[in-house]
Amino acid sequence: MATHPGGLTAAARPAVVNPDGKPASGDVTAVSVRDLIRSFGPKGVLNGVDLDIAPGEFVALLGPSGCGKSTLLRALAGLDHDVRGSGVISVPERVSVVFQDSRLLPWDTVLGNVTLGLQEHDAEARARKALAEVGLAGREKSWPHELSGGEQQRVALARSLVREPQLLLADEPFGALDALTRIKMHGLLRDLVAAHRPAVLLVTHDVDEAIALADRIVVLDGGRVATIRTVSPEVGTAADAAGHENLRRELLTDLGVAAVSH
Amino acid sequence: MSAAPVLDRPAVEPHLDPTLATREDIRPAGRRLGPGRRRRLAWLLGPGALLALWTISSATGLLDPRILSEPWTVVATAGELLADGRLQENLAISAQRAGLGLFFGIVVGALLALLSGLSRVGEALIDGPVQIKRAIPGLALIPLLILWFGIDETMKVLTITLGVFVPIYLQTHAGLRGIDLRYVELAQTVGLSRAAFIRKVVLPGALPGFFLGLRFAVTGAWVSLVVVEQINATSGIGYMMELARTYGQTNIIVLGLAVYGILGLVSDGAVRLIERKALSWQRTLAG
Repeated sequence: MATHPGGLTAAARPAVVNPDGKPASGDVTAVSVRDLIRSFGPKGVLNGVDLDIAPGEFVALLGPSGCGKSTLLRALAGLDHDVRGSGVISVPERVSVVFQDSRLLPWDTVLGNVTLGLQEHDAEARARKALAEVGLAGREKSWPHELSGGEQQRVALARSLVREPQLLLADEPFGALDALTRIKMHGLLRDLVAAHRPAVLLVTHDVDEAIALADRIVVLDGGRVATIRTVSPEVGTAADAAGHENLRRELLTDLGVAAVSH
Repeated sequence: MSAAPVLDRPAVEPHLDPTLATREDIRPAGRRLGPGRRRRLAWLLGPGALLALWTISSATGLLDPRILSEPWTVVATAGELLADGRLQENLAISAQRAGLGLFFGIVVGALLALLSGLSRVGEALIDGPVQIKRAIPGLALIPLLILWFGIDETMKVLTITLGVFVPIYLQTHAGLRGIDLRYVELAQTVGLSRAAFIRKVVLPGALPGFFLGLRFAVTGAWVSLVVVEQINATSGIGYMMELARTYGQTNIIVLGLAVYGILGLVSDGAVRLIERKALSWQRTLAG
């Protein structure tokens, strides 16, 4: 477990850990966030967030624009060096991040982008396998600009999964894609997560995406966790159509949007 | 003026259906804002037109040979000087000076740009002095350099180096500082070491800037060369021209100018060719 101390706390309070390495609560957690505070200037963005994610659990983080979703994700990724704040964050050793933009290095090939930072001797073979998994076998030598937006984002998924992450952080990864591509990507992500079993934190503003993918949906509002809703498999796949519609309505109410029937 | 011809692009789309040629092809006239397809050897057009203008003016007597020698006289002079070996000899020594100065200038400029671009301390120490050097004309330094190093090769190569490193530094530094922060974040999330970050992100990201600097630098190297060879030299193209001036040999002076021009054009073309190969990942208006 790596711990990112909050910027304002002089010494990091380590998470309470038993001798066997498991958190004191008894449950094994992949992610544990306690009393997380982050602020840009005088305005607090996160005002005391607590969040646990179990290994292999898929959590979607929903919320209106500016509610602090991305700030929380960036804090978990350790990307907020210059942001003031406090709190205790505990994340696994291997964390991968997928951004809204595919963030491929334009000067490196698809294969070079997937192997970026890998030091194992079999990195290339693993990267080829990961590319095959996302359906891009044979495109290893292409330049990023030769791929479509959806393909670029699939390369980004391959790049994050080739590291066998224990935690996958995804910041609106499909936000820039068209609706049809997005649906395909949902299926792909579901399959990949089922195969690799990382804990996932998906930041999204799309209620349907959250229901389709997540085990648990956390709604963030005003820099705090407003509600947490569990998604049963029947509801997630819409086998239980009434339950699906019900959850959708509840989430929209949580988000302060007047529910519209589908 | 355009770059050297593209060799790696087929003239015809390989999978084009041949029957398409016979079918009707009516499409709305869309306005095209880009410069369109690149054409082979198109870069020769400008220099060729200049040469034609010179030839016609000389042949019609519009241009007095005492002011500017005729092209054929210059070609004949080149033949004579090649036959007795003077042109090659002077060209070799000039090329050596320019090459050495260019080499040291590139190394110094690129290193300083890296130091200044990657650390705040480096920037505080290096950037100011370079900007000051930039404000001082290269010519103004020559008297001091002669006092320090005499008039031999060291002074000449150093003058060229001082002229070359500035554009390399400026453009590489700008390229480096222009690298998108998002890639820096990415490097962090995939756990790149500092060395790998420089190799995988910083250097390739700064390469377009470096090449722009290199084009300025190559031209600048030839310019500095002319200056040092015409002030204090006993060999080189500039010396050959200076000697011709004392004897009123316009044809040799013009030949020297033509040689400088050709050298400049060829080296710029070479840099562009290397640039095109090295930056093949870019998709720009240059095509």
